[in-house]
Amino acid sequence: MTRGFVTGGRGTRRAVVLLGCLALAAGLALLALVLGVSLDGHLELLGSDALAPDTMAHTLLWIRVPEVLGALLVGGALAGAGCALQALLRNPLAEPFTLGISSGSSLAAVIAIRLGLEGALGGIGVGGAALVGAVVTLVVVSQLGRVGRTLPPATLILAGVTISGFCSAASVLIQSTSGLAETSRMLRWMLGGLDSMRLVTVGYAAIPIGAGLLVLGAYARELDALAAGTEAAASVGVSVGRTQIVVFGVASLLVGAAIALAGPIGFIGLIVPHAVRALIGPAHRALIPASVLAGGALLVACDTLARLVVSPVLLSTGAVTAVLGAPFFVVILMKQKRRAAMWS
Amino acid sequence: MAWLELSGVDVALGKREVLRGVSAEIGAGEMVVVVGPNGAGKSTLVRALAGLVAPRAGTIRVLGHDPARGARRTIARELAYLPQAYSLAFPFAVAEVVLLGRYARQSGLGTASAADLEAARAAMTACDVLHLEARPFDELSGGEARRVLLAQALCQGAKCVLLDEPTAGLDPAHARRVFQVVRAHCDGGATAVVVTHDLDLALRWGGTMWLVADGRLAARGTPADVLGSAATRAAFGVAVHVGALPSGEKFAVPL
Repeated sequence: MTRGFVTGGRGTRRAVVLLGCLALAAGLALLALVLGVSLDGHLELLGSDALAPDTMAHTLLWIRVPEVLGALLVGGALAGAGCALQALLRNPLAEPFTLGISSGSSLAAVIAIRLGLEGALGGIGVGGAALVGAVVTLVVVSQLGRVGRTLPPATLILAGVTISGFCSAASVLIQSTSGLAETSRMLRWMLGGLDSMRLVTVGYAAIPIGAGLLVLGAYARELDALAAGTEAAASVGVSVGRTQIVVFGVASLLVGAAIALAGPIGFIGLIVPHAVRALIGPAHRALIPASVLAGGALLVACDTLARLVVSPVLLSTGAVTAVLGAPFFVVILMKQKRRAAMWS
Repeated sequence: MAWLELSGVDVALGKREVLRGVSAEIGAGEMVVVVGPNGAGKSTLVRALAGLVAPRAGTIRVLGHDPARGARRTIARELAYLPQAYSLAFPFAVAEVVLLGRYARQSGLGTASAADLEAARAAMTACDVLHLEARPFDELSGGEARRVLLAQALCQGAKCVLLDEPTAGLDPAHARRVFQVVRAHCDGGATAVVVTHDLDLALRWGGTMWLVADGRLAARGTPADVLGSAATRAAFGVAVHVGALPSGEKFAVPL
């Protein structure tokens, strides 16, 4: 895996996997752009006339461009945030969902729909509310989970679960007291999806997501050191408090931006870091970029599946990732249980 | 000038007072071995020196820095610490674990430089773990893991090294080798504080011995004097016999 690290002649596995993830993301994105289902139910590729203006194929291509770019961004942001949160909390099951960020963000979006704010701020009312909800949840959860100047994993997860339960219940309450039209819009939003994405929205979201991912990458060494716990990290020279605050804040912003774009899409932040870690090991300098690329690729694939499987009916992307993700979560849980049994 | 300095240090963990009125100095090149019964406060003493727990009263100085308040990176360049327990959340390889010790000497994205790799290689060779470099850390035996962590502490390049039970779980040959390596480190000008229950090795390799009993520094002196003292007998509840083999090598046996 990392043979010859110190003795010289380092392995090329990481570079290969990193390039592989890049190729996968690019390849799947291109395929997603041109792959569709004809009216009689057959898979078909957009032909070369997609490049010629004023054709049906060309129009279709330009509808799909923001959707595919959005999927790349959202998948990358969720996977990157998942890597960071798992390292920070020393918990391989940590995810935006476990920490309550997703629920808090969804609650804010539901409130915005109820108040009829969808058209506010040039049509980004609900997304904006989701972003604010993510950040507010972060502040509340970290204040609840904080002990002194540190964020112990156990109290943080406990705070996250508590807040998550509260926000979900509040969302249900609001839904059940809303009109039918509002309720269906809320449900649609909470299922998560990338259709009807606009290019300009994707462009705006790309700035904070890109910047956030760069910051996470810059903290790769600190995240490595934190795998041994806060004391061990501090004694090799990491300023633990600052790292926790910056990484937790950036991860929440990434999740908030992703939810604002596509609604709550679960499990990407869990599956991808795990799979990539199994391939190239846990060193974050390689893990983060590879996970970001793989996360983008996986969400493009899920989104395309959602579009194709029972075409012309559009499945919810969030449902597809959840169907893939839940069994995966169980597998990790079983592994953890075996490990725990070994130690007892 | 004293490199490590404690004056009137009281440490409390929660409400429990663990250390009371500890004052001592350690100079360049000194190798201090700390002995004492379980729960006497030995680990808390080194954790306080490492800046991981702040004293309630008194002052601690490490080469002029306050280890509990200074910037961690600055402290880590002067001071390395091997904790008693160490667990990793993810399966890092041995070489990666050792290279974590170089964190304070790296900048930017922290790509290991030639100097980092050289320091890691030297420390791993000294601790006899170079052959384990590609193995996942969490699959090592207890003794191997201790040696890997010692290599991490040594490659940090710090002038002061604090080791909390570095020989726990080590076979006799490797345990002796650890003390040899630390002794060589001190002969090269570094300072070490080694907490240990290995009285025999402490006697043979230690320069100064501290006896910690019931939160106080109960005795200080050459290892032979401290081990043979009434204070040691009182602290452990057993007397320690210090003798010499015909070859002249000293040994210590609890009676």
